[in-house]
Amino acid sequence: MRVANVVELGIKELRGLWRDPMLLVLIVYSFTVSIYTASTAMPETLNRAAIGIVDEDQSPVSARIVTAFYPPYFSVPSLISQHEMDRRMDAGLDTFALDIPPNFQRDLLAGRSPTIQLNVDATRMSQAFSGGGYVQSIVSGEVSEFLNHYRGDSAVPVSLVLRSRFNQELNKGWFGAVTNVISSITMLAIVLTGAALIREREHGTIEHLLVMPVTPTEIMVSKVWSMGLVVLVASAVSLIFVVQGALHVPINGSLTLFLFGAALHLFATTCMGIFLATVAGSMPQFGLLLMLVLLPLQVLSGGTTPRESMPQIIQDIMLAAPNTHFVMLAQAILFRGAGLDVVWPQFLALLVIASVLFFFSLRRFRKFLR
Amino acid sequence: MSGLSDEPGARGAAAPVARLEAVSLAYGRTQALDDIHLTIPSGRMVGLIGPDGVGKSSLLSLLAGAHVVQKGRVEVLGGDIADATHRRLSCPRIAYMPQGLGKNLYPTLSVFENVEFFARLFGQDRAERERRIGELLRATGLDPFAERPAGKLSGGMKQKLGLCCALIHDPDLLILDEPTTGVDPLSRRQFWELIDDIRRERPRMSVIVATAYMEEAQGFDWLVAMDGGRILATGTPAELLQQTGTATLDAAFIALLPEERRRGHQQVVIPPRPTGANNDIAIEAEHLTMRFGTFTAVDDVSFRIPRGEIFGFLGSNGCGKTTTMKMLTGLLPATEGVARLFGHVVDPNDIEVRRRVGYMSQAFSLYSELTVRQNFDLHARLFRMPPATIPARIDEMARRFGLVEVMDALPDALPLGIRQRLSLAVAMIHAPDMLILDEPTSGVDPIARDAFWQMLSELSRKDNVTIFVSTHFMNEAELCDRISLMHAGKVLVSDTPAAIVEKRATRSLEEAFIAYLEDAIREQQVPAPAVQPGAAEAVAAKSVAEAPSSIAPPSQPRRFFDLRRMFAYTRRETLELRRDPIRATLAILGSVILMFVVGYGINMDVENLSFAVLDRDDTTLSRDYALQIAGSRYFTEKAPIRDYADLDRRMRDGELSLAIEIPPGFGRDVARGHKTVEIAAWIDGAMPTRAETVRGYVQGMHTAWLTQKARELYGDAAIIGDFQIAIRYRYNPGIESLVAIVPAVIPLLLMMIPAMLAALSVVREKELGSIINFYVTPVTRMEFLVGKQMPYVALGMLNFVMLVAFAVFAFRVPFTGSLLTLSVAALLYVFAATGLGLLISTFMSSQIAAIFGTALITLIPAVQYSGMIDPVSSLEGAGAFIGQIYPTAYFVTIARGTFSKGLGFQDLAGSLVPLLIAGPVLLGCGAAFLRKQAA
Repeated sequence: MRVANVVELGIKELRGLWRDPMLLVLIVYSFTVSIYTASTAMPETLNRAAIGIVDEDQSPVSARIVTAFYPPYFSVPSLISQHEMDRRMDAGLDTFALDIPPNFQRDLLAGRSPTIQLNVDATRMSQAFSGGGYVQSIVSGEVSEFLNHYRGDSAVPVSLVLRSRFNQELNKGWFGAVTNVISSITMLAIVLTGAALIREREHGTIEHLLVMPVTPTEIMVSKVWSMGLVVLVASAVSLIFVVQGALHVPINGSLTLFLFGAALHLFATTCMGIFLATVAGSMPQFGLLLMLVLLPLQVLSGGTTPRESMPQIIQDIMLAAPNTHFVMLAQAILFRGAGLDVVWPQFLALLVIASVLFFFSLRRFRKFLR
Repeated sequence: MSGLSDEPGARGAAAPVARLEAVSLAYGRTQALDDIHLTIPSGRMVGLIGPDGVGKSSLLSLLAGAHVVQKGRVEVLGGDIADATHRRLSCPRIAYMPQGLGKNLYPTLSVFENVEFFARLFGQDRAERERRIGELLRATGLDPFAERPAGKLSGGMKQKLGLCCALIHDPDLLILDEPTTGVDPLSRRQFWELIDDIRRERPRMSVIVATAYMEEAQGFDWLVAMDGGRILATGTPAELLQQTGTATLDAAFIALLPEERRRGHQQVVIPPRPTGANNDIAIEAEHLTMRFGTFTAVDDVSFRIPRGEIFGFLGSNGCGKTTTMKMLTGLLPATEGVARLFGHVVDPNDIEVRRRVGYMSQAFSLYSELTVRQNFDLHARLFRMPPATIPARIDEMARRFGLVEVMDALPDALPLGIRQRLSLAVAMIHAPDMLILDEPTSGVDPIARDAFWQMLSELSRKDNVTIFVSTHFMNEAELCDRISLMHAGKVLVSDTPAAIVEKRATRSLEEAFIAYLEDAIREQQVPAPAVQPGAAEAVAAKSVAEAPSSIAPPSQPRRFFDLRRMFAYTRRETLELRRDPIRATLAILGSVILMFVVGYGINMDVENLSFAVLDRDDTTLSRDYALQIAGSRYFTEKAPIRDYADLDRRMRDGELSLAIEIPPGFGRDVARGHKTVEIAAWIDGAMPTRAETVRGYVQGMHTAWLTQKARELYGDAAIIGDFQIAIRYRYNPGIESLVAIVPAVIPLLLMMIPAMLAALSVVREKELGSIINFYVTPVTRMEFLVGKQMPYVALGMLNFVMLVAFAVFAFRVPFTGSLLTLSVAALLYVFAATGLGLLISTFMSSQIAAIFGTALITLIPAVQYSGMIDPVSSLEGAGAFIGQIYPTAYFVTIARGTFSKGLGFQDLAGSLVPLLIAGPVLLGCGAAFLRKQAA
């Protein structure tokens, strides 16, 4: 392998990218707009949850409860009868149905501890779980406020002080921004190298290269470094100006260390891009393969939902994917401010995965050129 | 039998087959046809001559009705082709074979299946179809290869197959666009004999052919010479020669060109090689053989080429020319034999030898994204020229090849002739001793071609560069010092052009080659697979005359919707899908893979959270508190925390999601009960959703512990609340994510994948060019769309069965409602999803755009606005509107209703009706937007 050739070919790749407006737009979009919107538009868990109330009591307390539900968390409650309740829940019109029994107020004041029934459509996980808690606390709040007119409050002997570390307000936007940077890095690394290789093949230029004194290794390494560099620079700029600048997400750890990890990750994913391009052969097939590969990489790597809740077998399989380790190290460095002493196992794993992918892809690439 | 009439006047009285008046055509800013006035006589063999890119193909596609008439009036077969009714009535009388080897064929379908597809499109029944196909295949000599995929045929066979497909319905007008480009001389001759025989049989049939080979045009009845979108001249070949006072059509064509185009042109004369000047051997091949599996691409090829010679290599597409060239350059290692360049054995791993070779491949293969200068620079550097000498060398090449003005232009902006010159200049940048040129002049006009050969002559004679060149053109072959004819991997003969003609005692080089080819084929006798089935064809070609006569006029249904035509597309689509591994995998396994991913990925259960306790009290009570958490199924306890530093470190490296600190004196203070004791809990907030869930769990457990303690301390009275809330988690009592997510994922996947495949099926045809079959055959838009939709609806239903089985048996989601209701809804839904894909396909022109476009258009509404995560009733504004019209929303309701809520037909009728409407509406829109002609 001759370094000069690798440099020359890499510069050629960069020039080629520069003249491809579609890919440039994709890079800029995925590192700015996509991250910004993902961060600011991260939905609240509870938004206009549909609630129906069966008020069989028709008392001041029940009226108080009915008026306590209002947007944005809940839709304005629809007042329904008991037999409507089942039908509406079956048809998916209401997520919650609150049934206030007859004589609720009377029993409450008499200390007979009446029971309110809350029906939750548990097929709607996102609202069912957090919404159930909200409904409970809203009802309790209203009832106890009502009772406070009659009674003083009671003390609790032990209190629990909860603090969140690394993201005190549990701001989902922070998480969304960083997750999206990670996804964009993976996606672009695969798309850019894969597309660069397929473009060469479709234009017949790859054959042309091979009659020149360059080796397949040089061609592949040049694509890996040039496309990796583009994504690395774009992600650094994005972290500094979009994530820290525009979105005001505090980054706790060392950006340099993160970028070093990103470089290792890019090494692995660019090799993967070349591998996929050799399997696909044409742009449309590459697009289809991309769908089948990118989605599992991103969804199962622990970037969107915690790894611990996945079945053990999936957790084990995903250890072979570079994304899993990259997500781990990115969260550790960017949120928890971890240093190399903490994340070195992930660095090592990435290096091993990247090297294996590199040699595997190089073998495929050599065959592909035949 | 009237035979071929050579007398043009014989049918002169008949109405013209086509008439063009003031016709212009533009592709964007490129003017393809410029104010054409032309009357084409009927019952003749009419030739359109001229190099590539002068508007021949555009003219033919207008005549065939494949392209929209932009300006002017085009009359074909006595009616205006712009009129859709006339087009529908006349298209069964027209056959059109577009340019490009097998462009309107389907490469994965077999020979028989291809012809059968066309027969079905013209509404022929089974008996008629089989008879006609049998006769045509026998006539063209393709019958031994009926089962071979069209993509694996040689160029000549592909063209014959194309002809079979065109002739299946006995057309009155046969339009052939460069049918013999890239085909060897023998196949070419056989092709024309076939056409002649058919014309003899059907004398009323008109044939319009475009060709770049002037030798072929010599034999036509009437010619139209074109250049730059205009007509230069019309008339019989004799008239054209007379008009220009030239001896050959090549010369006549050049004479017809406007003055400024001809300026500077001169006949190429290559001076003879100085004898014995330098006769060391530059290229030597000894018994070169290349096998791919069982297929022998190059079979025992040997030759020696001395330095400075121009050596021509002739043969059809796929005969092994390019493979031989690749072995010589070391791109491919030879299976057997040795290649030597300048006395050194070619070793693919020895890249030194490549520095002495310049290579110019078949297609233009410089970087179109680099400027001319950057291309020069890159090549110079890769060939390791000393950087200091590069600029001077680039300037020198630019001057010599006349590229000074275009140095900063992008290659795509240059005309073909100049690009060809640029390729040659780039191949010469490092001053190689040898040039290998793979069909350098295909598609280049005669003037530019002559200029190109003039340069080759100079390089060979002045610079003593050895030139190894392959070509299809006989007049180019005649310019070479020596030539080799290659056929089916073998070199048939190697000698000077004059000697070859002399040896065979023929009039021309072409005839000599045909003689050699016939000999070679006779030797093979039984046609081996993957080679030209020449013998069979040559003999069989004669019988074609009898073949069509026995055929009754084809039935030509004029119905608006014909099931047979529709099934033609259904069948073809199914066959093609079965033979494309990547698409078939996506179609069948894709949805299951994605369901697996999403089912486990979009998981809102939080389990096995790691926590540890910093117990600074260490009393029974504090240990009891910790046990309360450890006993939960949500938490897993880790080793106790030693101190704050330990807590810090373990949270930082992500080991702990939750840390609990119990203060000193906790037990004592609780027992006294007069002062509030604080327990601290730290939650890892890096993943906010998880942190929120953890917070909920911890709070719940804390309250539970308090209640329990209160009961222990103060007795039952203390815990009786004011009231209770009884929560019933309906439909999913275990509140499991899978139960909630999986039934909603099925609609998502059944939308995305069938829509994408359906969209691809149409856009693929657009991109590969076979959409032309839809333009020029009687198939209607509805037949085309529904025909394409059927296999994907079936596939969608297969996916549905797999997804439901997977959900029930692998994910163990209980199914409580009516399976029949769900299946009926799924059928309606898949119909709508594929309809949406077809609608999308009418707006997309490239497959890659179709993939990403369809993904966006289906994923976003399906995930965000269809109740998969947030119920439709919670949406506002545009989102709510989409949620009400998008079919996924209704299918999500049905899927959840039947899976979890135990519902059936009556309960879900309200959601079934919109699905019933969606499919036909989407399909109708698709048909309305689909164009029956290229625009």
